[in-house]
Amino acid sequence: MLEVEVYISLKKTVADPQGLAVKHALESLGYSEVKDVRVGKLIYLRLDLADRKVAEERIEQMCKKLLANPIIEDFKFKLITS
Amino acid sequence: MRFGVVVFPGSNCDQDCFYVIKEVLNEPVRYIWHKEKELKDLDCIILPGGFSYGDYLRAGSIARFSPVMNALVDFARRGGLIIGICNGFQILLEVGLLPGAMLRNKSIHFICKYVYLRVENTQTPFTSLFREGQVVRIPIAHNEGNYYIEDEKLPLLYNNKQVVFRYSDREGRLKDEFNPNGAKDFIAGIVNKEANVLGMMPHPERSSEKILGSEDGLLIFKSIVNWHKKR
Repeated sequence: MLEVEVYISLKKTVADPQGLAVKHALESLGYSEVKDVRVGKLIYLRLDLADRKVAEERIEQMCKKLLANPIIEDFKFKLITS
Repeated sequence: MRFGVVVFPGSNCDQDCFYVIKEVLNEPVRYIWHKEKELKDLDCIILPGGFSYGDYLRAGSIARFSPVMNALVDFARRGGLIIGICNGFQILLEVGLLPGAMLRNKSIHFICKYVYLRVENTQTPFTSLFREGQVVRIPIAHNEGNYYIEDEKLPLLYNNKQVVFRYSDREGRLKDEFNPNGAKDFIAGIVNKEANVLGMMPHPERSSEKILGSEDGLLIFKSIVNWHKKR
């Protein structure tokens, strides 16, 4: 069994209004050191696979087909063996 | 002319669309359950607004894999007319029938109000009865209507005459304060290159009777019928 963490974030070139709102909220709490906030998604997967290489290829496909929208989002993922 | 209205789990403007086609436009219409795989009896398909599959992951991203979607893409390739409204527009973007993507509204609020739109292209099946530059009043109701397309692809949209509606003031002037959601270049509605697939965030089915405050939206449905009769 492989555990996977998939991280999805808006591309740097795409404005993130949600991140901006969070930044303003942090500023209003006094955290003036916060210069940039971007909000993304974290998706956990558990795969019935043993081969890490195969898993990486499959996850890449999943990200491109469904989990991320390549026009506006970047993705990366991390395999954790359990 | 035969219309169909697709119903996904979570669609909520399907009955409004059905009602307008049947009772106001007086054309035959049927519902299309999202598990159907044959659409050959239809001339125009409406993807209605709502929250298909709860808008989980991204608006339209799950509906895009519904069983009906393969038939819908075939229908588009054969030249059938498709109009995606609001969530329907988001689904058309996710499935790749239209270019670009939707971002969350710039204000991060759900916005529900009447807006003015300037008609940019009257040479489509959906706008054949409008005047070039005509300003119409049609309501929006969405959380993710901030249209995005890469800067380098934007000129292509205009060169192909794909931009159909842009947010404006009532005189048709483009100003930031009349861009409700931050959409790229004030874009509210676009067609594919072949102009048989329209996606728009505003809701023409909610502005098709005087009693609702505007019947400008009906002109879109009338345009479709007008175009179909002339073929």
